[in-house]
Amino acid sequence: MLQLSCPWCGPRDETEYHYGGQAHVPYPEDPSALTDEEWAEYLFFRDNTKGPFAERWAHSAGCRRWFNVVRDTRTYQVLAVYTNSDPRPAVRFGAEAGGPR
Amino acid sequence: MAKPLPEHPAWLWRDPDPKASYDAIVVGGGGHGLATAYYLAKNHGITNVAVLEKGWLAGGNMARNTTIIRSNYLWDESAAIYEFALRQWEQLPAELDYDFLFSQRGVLNLAHTLQDVREATRRVNANRLNRVDAEWLEPDEVAKICPIVNVSPDVRYPVLGATFQPRAGIAKHDHVAWAFARACDAMGVDIIQNCEVTGFLKDGDRVTGVETTRGNISAGTVGLVAAGHSSVLAEKAGFRLPVQSHPLQALVSELYEPVHPTVVMSNHVHVYVSQAHKGELVMGAGVDAYNGYGQRGSFHVIEHQMAAALELFPIFGRAHLLRTWGGIVDVSPDASPIIGPTPVENLYINCGWGTGGFKATPGAGWAMAHTMATGAPHELNRPFGLERFVTGALIDEHGAAAVAH
Repeated sequence: MLQLSCPWCGPRDETEYHYGGQAHVPYPEDPSALTDEEWAEYLFFRDNTKGPFAERWAHSAGCRRWFNVVRDTRTYQVLAVYTNSDPRPAVRFGAEAGGPR
Repeated sequence: MAKPLPEHPAWLWRDPDPKASYDAIVVGGGGHGLATAYYLAKNHGITNVAVLEKGWLAGGNMARNTTIIRSNYLWDESAAIYEFALRQWEQLPAELDYDFLFSQRGVLNLAHTLQDVREATRRVNANRLNRVDAEWLEPDEVAKICPIVNVSPDVRYPVLGATFQPRAGIAKHDHVAWAFARACDAMGVDIIQNCEVTGFLKDGDRVTGVETTRGNISAGTVGLVAAGHSSVLAEKAGFRLPVQSHPLQALVSELYEPVHPTVVMSNHVHVYVSQAHKGELVMGAGVDAYNGYGQRGSFHVIEHQMAAALELFPIFGRAHLLRTWGGIVDVSPDASPIIGPTPVENLYINCGWGTGGFKATPGAGWAMAHTMATGAPHELNRPFGLERFVTGALIDEHGAAAVAH
């Protein structure tokens, strides 16, 4: 089981959270101006990164707030936790080596 | 003095080095990849084919699934391809001259709520209109088919009935792969293991070959059949796929005498269980929520499966867990596969099967081979192209396909 550290509540088991997929996917500024292809891209296409991946989690059994995590999808190691108002932090490539699995 | 070891039994396929060029390359040596190569050779006479596998043959999801074969899907497009596959399964042991223990022991899909009952009866009617065998069973009839299911009304989620597809069943997954591999090899297909595709050779928007850990190989046409790693390959080829890779876990018990005569699936309690020929109870459920390429998931997901199994089968109370494992499944937005052309010319994709690809092995291979050989989709996979995400013509099997994904 993953252990994630909520920015507001601290470390909790994965079972307290809900997953929200890729982070930093903004709603289109003018949806009605999009072509069908662009709308499909927004609606259905997400990065499916093998490696460090910025993703959303909600602490649904706690403070119920959303936040972002950078997690390595190969090792599942959590590399960074940050709030929605923060930019994606740079994670050192290879930082995951030897980390908890 | 120790006796010398016996000779190795005859190999089922050769272990060739890659040639410089092939008419067709299939990337991925799992069940779907092998079936694709088999039908390229058998149906289309294209035998100058290589199957490139980054690990060992059928060591990915083909080795990790729960071997359930059924075709009782709700929508016409799904019923067509899964029923086609089931009809192939019924005669493949003879065609491939290999008894892979396909056992048509039937599948029960249990209903535990009024909503389940309505969904199930609707699906039975849809199945019958598509000539898929399906019937609705009351709880006492469920107990006749599978006596170890707890149909008592005195449980949290009582069994209110079930759909039953008698022609569904299970097969020995490894033997399926070996049967296809032997048949491919006999027709001249090169099965090349330990050969990872690391990039694509392109001439403008047209693929002309692949870069691999064993050198560059040219190809007239290339098919990607890489399940959980489809996105990784697509990115190298320069396009995106609407799939997300998740861990999907399954588990087996120790060996027990035969107690479970059929396959039981429950969406609501959420587990599916059968008993393998050797005697292990085999069970699985849904994916881990997060994206992952690690071929393992979180233990609470396994605990949930076992709790569900115990709820349905009190007899399992003293069974011991022997082994758990995970595979990487590529889940599409509508829980239906993607089979067809890609934005790159001569490059085709078969992916997005999510949690349910094994049952479709011969159908997927048949359709993919047709698409690669002719450059156009087969009637079976025409609705399953990438373009449906732009047109909106989704085949929404989420919650409709008799399993929660």
